Amino acid sequence: MKRTIFGNQLLPWLLLAPQLLITAVFFLWPAGQAIWQSFLREDAFGLKTSFVGLLNYRALFNDGDYVNALGVTLVFSVAVAALSMGLALLFALAVDRMLKTANMYTTLLVWPYAVAPAIAGILWWFIFNPTIGILPYLLDFVGYDWNHSLQSGDAMVLVVIAASWKQVSYNFLFFVAGLQSIPQSLREAAAIDGAGPVKRFFTITFPLLTPTTFFLLVVNVVYTMFDTFGVIDATTQGGPAQSTNILVYKVFKDGFLGLNLGSSAAQSVILMGIVIVLTIIQFRYIERRVQY
Amino acid sequence: MATITLENVGKTYPGGAAAVQGINIAIQDGEFLVLVGPSGCGKSTLLRMVAGLETITEGTVRIGDRVVNQVEPADRDIAMVFQNYALYPHMSVRQNLAYGLKNRGTPAAEITRRVDEAADILEIRPYLDRKPRALSGGQRQRVAMGRAIVREPAAFLFDEPLSNLDAKLRVTMRGEIRLLQRRLGTTSIYVTHDQMEAMTLADRLVVLNGGRIEQIGAPLEVYRRPASAFVAAFIGSPAMNLLNATLDNGRLRIGSASLPADVAGSGAVTLGIRPEDLRRTAGRADALHMSVDYVEELGATRLVHGRLEGQKLVCTLSADSTLGDMLALEADAGALHLFDAGTGARIN
Ligand SMILES: Nc1ncnc2c1ncn2[C@@H]1O[C@H](COP(=O)(O)OP(=O)(O)OP(=O)(O)O)[C@@H](O)[C@H]1O
Ligand SMILES: [Mg+2]
Repeated sequence: MKRTIFGNQLLPWLLLAPQLLITAVFFLWPAGQAIWQSFLREDAFGLKTSFVGLLNYRALFNDGDYVNALGVTLVFSVAVAALSMGLALLFALAVDRMLKTANMYTTLLVWPYAVAPAIAGILWWFIFNPTIGILPYLLDFVGYDWNHSLQSGDAMVLVVIAASWKQVSYNFLFFVAGLQSIPQSLREAAAIDGAGPVKRFFTITFPLLTPTTFFLLVVNVVYTMFDTFGVIDATTQGGPAQSTNILVYKVFKDGFLGLNLGSSAAQSVILMGIVIVLTIIQFRYIERRVQY
Repeated sequence: MATITLENVGKTYPGGAAAVQGINIAIQDGEFLVLVGPSGCGKSTLLRMVAGLETITEGTVRIGDRVVNQVEPADRDIAMVFQNYALYPHMSVRQNLAYGLKNRGTPAAEITRRVDEAADILEIRPYLDRKPRALSGGQRQRVAMGRAIVREPAAFLFDEPLSNLDAKLRVTMRGEIRLLQRRLGTTSIYVTHDQMEAMTLADRLVVLNGGRIEQIGAPLEVYRRPASAFVAAFIGSPAMNLLNATLDNGRLRIGSASLPADVAGSGAVTLGIRPEDLRRTAGRADALHMSVDYVEELGATRLVHGRLEGQKLVCTLSADSTLGDMLALEADAGALHLFDAGTGARIN
């Protein structure tokens, strides 16, 4: 790494100040607030606040709704990561085989990423709307009665699709870059070594994509935990019967709608913890293990 | 073991001009054939068509008696060594060697036997459990060779396998490849742009230029009787001198200098003389007078660069010769190569 020596002791801090300030105001301060809040309990009228220690946390794990939200988040994360990464890899493999038209496809496939999550959510809400949507209309022909406001399975499918579609673009770009960094001659050598296309993929291409795949897995899980608030809010709002009530949405519901600030804060601290752990794993793992 | 026959083989890339065309080569069983030519002349294209990595747009390729135009690379019974080695980075050396055998359903005991045998031949046994990234360039090169020989294929295809090594290692590996090929007796096609490598390795050379064959022959044959001015300039180091001359009723004129020629006819020609065929002479009336520009000392010999009638000329002289500003030189009539000034084809 290149080191720059500053003559003035103050200058480096001055240069860092805007960044540090933003981090402090928009991250450290609210995070500190949340941690502090998570140890407090307010009475129903917001008149009296008392310190209750870990009570909020203990209450959470005895709360069936919270345990349910954990499960829902797990299913949701895994499904979104699997769907968006699987599709992205398929598209990337297809583009990797093309020569001339590759640029056009890449551009088209990146577009969804530019659409705001809430707009995308509304788009999906329209497409899947049981009364006016095109998809329920089409599904009706094959005898399936789509109704995500009543059926929890349908609701989960809807939010998974809505949350995945823009991640596909993001994952696609990384997979394309990953594939392009694998020398063509490796695949050719494998072809001469008697491996067919499928075997080549599983024994050469996919193992060599491990660093990319792992990186994307963490990024996607973090995304589903935090960034999917807009998608849920625009489509199912956590329903029906809490079946799509993921952790981040529950934080919002309990805090802003239920006004149970202590519990909401405890939930966001747990979420924050999960993300910190994931990020640490990512850095550790990417630096050491996932290379060949 | 197999013969490889190319009949009128050509390749046109989609939307591009012809990369190679009209290639006819019959490679004998056990022969070491070297394809040599400047960058972009189509050597790799030709090799990759034999390997099955490029479609053949014209002509037929036979391995043994079988036409392989439509046969998958895996089913052609060939092994290829790539310029960048193309070792599988996530597999150990042992797994790299075993991969091709495993894919073909070879029994485990047989795989172990063959891998160990190849490891012994190439002296890579100590590295069998390492990943390729933990090997030096030379060791990787050996592993790449090992991956080819464990398969015991009908033919080896090499695409500039030594060009990523330093000069000294290149010479060593060159010798080893030659030795190994002799020992195994496997038909081989070897691509290089290095004429020295081509000369030392080949049973027969194929000189390619612009996608066409300029000459096929044993290295010495090509060296002694280049079929065209292109081959003359390409094969041999230092390169052959090519001078503009006129043929005039049995004499060759280079400006005011002239030499006897054993060819009838008259008109513009290209005269080729190898630097090592020029000798100093004393008192010969029709000596070539060369003005000396500078001298490169090579130890045993020295290369003298200068001009003859305004045209560049190089000659190799022994290191103990004393030099003036002018040198009087001569060459045997048999050492003169005459080429058509237009087409470059050999005349004498
Ligand atoms: N995939 C391709 N599409 C279009 N043209 C190609 C392709 N591959 C090679 N060519 C062209 O075909 C010609 C021959 O290429 P080739 O790679 O066979 O050359 P080469 O003799 O191996 O050169 P080098 O010594 O640089 O490797 C070149 O003019 C090259 O530009
Ligand atoms: Mg090449």
